[in-house]
Amino acid sequence: MLIVDSEKCIGCGVCEENCPFGAIAVVDGCAVVDDGCTLCGSCVETCEVGALHIEGAEKKAQADLEEWSGIWVFAEYRHGRVAPVAYELLGIGRQLADQRGVPLSAVFLGSGIEDQAGLLIAAGADKVFLVDDPFLEDYREDVYGRILVELIREHKPEVVLAGATAIGRSVIPQVATVLGAGLTADCTGLAIREEDGMLLQTRPAFGGNVMATIVCPHSRPQMATVRPKVMVPAEPDPGRSGEVVRVVPAAGVLSSKVEVLGSVQSEQDQVNIQEVEILVSGGRGLESEKGFELIRELADELGGAVAASRAAVDSGWISYPHQVGQTGKTVCPKLYIACGISGAIQHLVGMQSAETIVAINRDENAPIFDIATYSLVGDLFDIVPLLTTRIREGRGR
Amino acid sequence: MDILVCIKQVPDTKDIRLDPETNTLAREGVESIMNPFDRHALEEAVSLKEEHGGTVTALSMGPPQAETVLREALSCGADNGVLISDRAFAGADTWATSYTLARAVETLGGFDLILCGKQAIDGDTAQVGPGLACRLDLPYVTCVQKTREVTADSIQVERMMDDGYDILRLPLPALLTVVKDINEPRVPSLKGKMKAKKAKIEALTAADIGAEKQFIGLAGSPTQVVNVFSPPPRGNRTVFSGTIEEQVSQLVEQLQPYL
Repeated sequence: MLIVDSEKCIGCGVCEENCPFGAIAVVDGCAVVDDGCTLCGSCVETCEVGALHIEGAEKKAQADLEEWSGIWVFAEYRHGRVAPVAYELLGIGRQLADQRGVPLSAVFLGSGIEDQAGLLIAAGADKVFLVDDPFLEDYREDVYGRILVELIREHKPEVVLAGATAIGRSVIPQVATVLGAGLTADCTGLAIREEDGMLLQTRPAFGGNVMATIVCPHSRPQMATVRPKVMVPAEPDPGRSGEVVRVVPAAGVLSSKVEVLGSVQSEQDQVNIQEVEILVSGGRGLESEKGFELIRELADELGGAVAASRAAVDSGWISYPHQVGQTGKTVCPKLYIACGISGAIQHLVGMQSAETIVAINRDENAPIFDIATYSLVGDLFDIVPLLTTRIREGRGR
Repeated sequence: MDILVCIKQVPDTKDIRLDPETNTLAREGVESIMNPFDRHALEEAVSLKEEHGGTVTALSMGPPQAETVLREALSCGADNGVLISDRAFAGADTWATSYTLARAVETLGGFDLILCGKQAIDGDTAQVGPGLACRLDLPYVTCVQKTREVTADSIQVERMMDDGYDILRLPLPALLTVVKDINEPRVPSLKGKMKAKKAKIEALTAADIGAEKQFIGLAGSPTQVVNVFSPPPRGNRTVFSGTIEEQVSQLVEQLQPYL
């Protein structure tokens, strides 16, 4: 429950303004909470006099908490390659494992992947649990989920991490539900709390307007999906040694209610915008599908990929997998160049964690300029081609 | 075909701007809306009903005022609205939420298909749909961008992946979560609005759905928020000036580390 300390409350109304659910009102000089409260905690932080706190529920901890040990990473594999996020997870996983003094293991599922298990060891894994079977050629939630549950039950890792990708975010919730484990989505920060070794999981909440740190105090494993491009992969060391454990799933595990009829790789969408370092993004200001040619040329010159705002996608100028923002993808590239994007909050929440943001817009009052590292006010049809040319010339020198 | 759609009421973020100085949210009269992804789930349910017959039930868990989104669902073509509401649900994380929804679905019973939005825009977890499927022991697929052939006992779908899409067939009953590419939601008709206004929304409490105390709300949530803080402000901001040529030159200089 959210408790208001009426002695401390000065009725300033800051909590009322900040409540995303409109569940607080100041009545007679004191904050009053109604049924709309979701215990999100946003108000607790904003209260300058410390008059608000959330009273936690008494909980019984799982009995065998201490038996769970080791850090695990789900190493995603699809269409012939290890997903880049797997290496990022091994990078952060290595740090967590060293801090805890426990081994780091990767779970690697697929068909004909055995020869790539060594890549995971080179990237930091001490052990790779390999399940290599033709049945795993296609991704299916139920099969992948069942294998993960079996392995986790048997080996009891304290932490299980997966990428916040299409696959990670579809299979991991199932695993957490079956195991009764806490799961935090789309984390951007992971650390070990010194006093008790608990995993601190930090993620943006309310579309990135506040950050929340989450723990799983009473259950194991502590599970999280991790946003791609945020964690840094370790430099691969081919000389590292590790153990590959070949796992043969129990009878009945390799069966599925879901039938895969086909898998289409889209030429245009093959580049996952969540995985690239540089994105050039176009919005309504491009005026037409043709406008994206300018964007594509600049992206090619920079070795980056093309992204878009919702307005551009809804206008049919580019396909949905390119959409950045609340109803699209959340991206975290090194460089994000926004061209003709005004910067509605729904777009900003999808890209504001980029390292450097360049905004090009005709309207000097566009909100995108509020968060841009570098702002250029002017006609994108003049600026973008010139920028492409200048970068090309710079290379020629 | 009897379809259940899960709908969440969320705070609207439209017209909200980040204050660049403090990097906090400037909120002015935040309204509550139907989660945008759920709108697409509802539309898909209603169009499947129109094609194959059956009913559409909209289910929401939330405070009493969440009734508004259920009425909206009725005005867009849902036949029934059910609200599960109880103070004991407050503070539920995705684990406790999927438990609560599962209890409600079991209480209501008899659905061939459950549709959910991919995720809710206030939490962005995308975990409740898969969690619900798992508790009901239903096959599920996330991020569905298209429903294809539907038979009495199966449904074919396209699932969006990071590098394209998969074509899958699931036996019914099943659960799908949908992305916004799947359809264009309709605007409620005047007739629909009138009907929705008068309709009765069924209200269920924790006791009505037989939810056990230790699995709901804050008590039933394995995750616990220990700290909420403002994101670190973005670094320096530079607005270039001069002619277009000059601005571009300055930018190219700054971008050297990326070239």
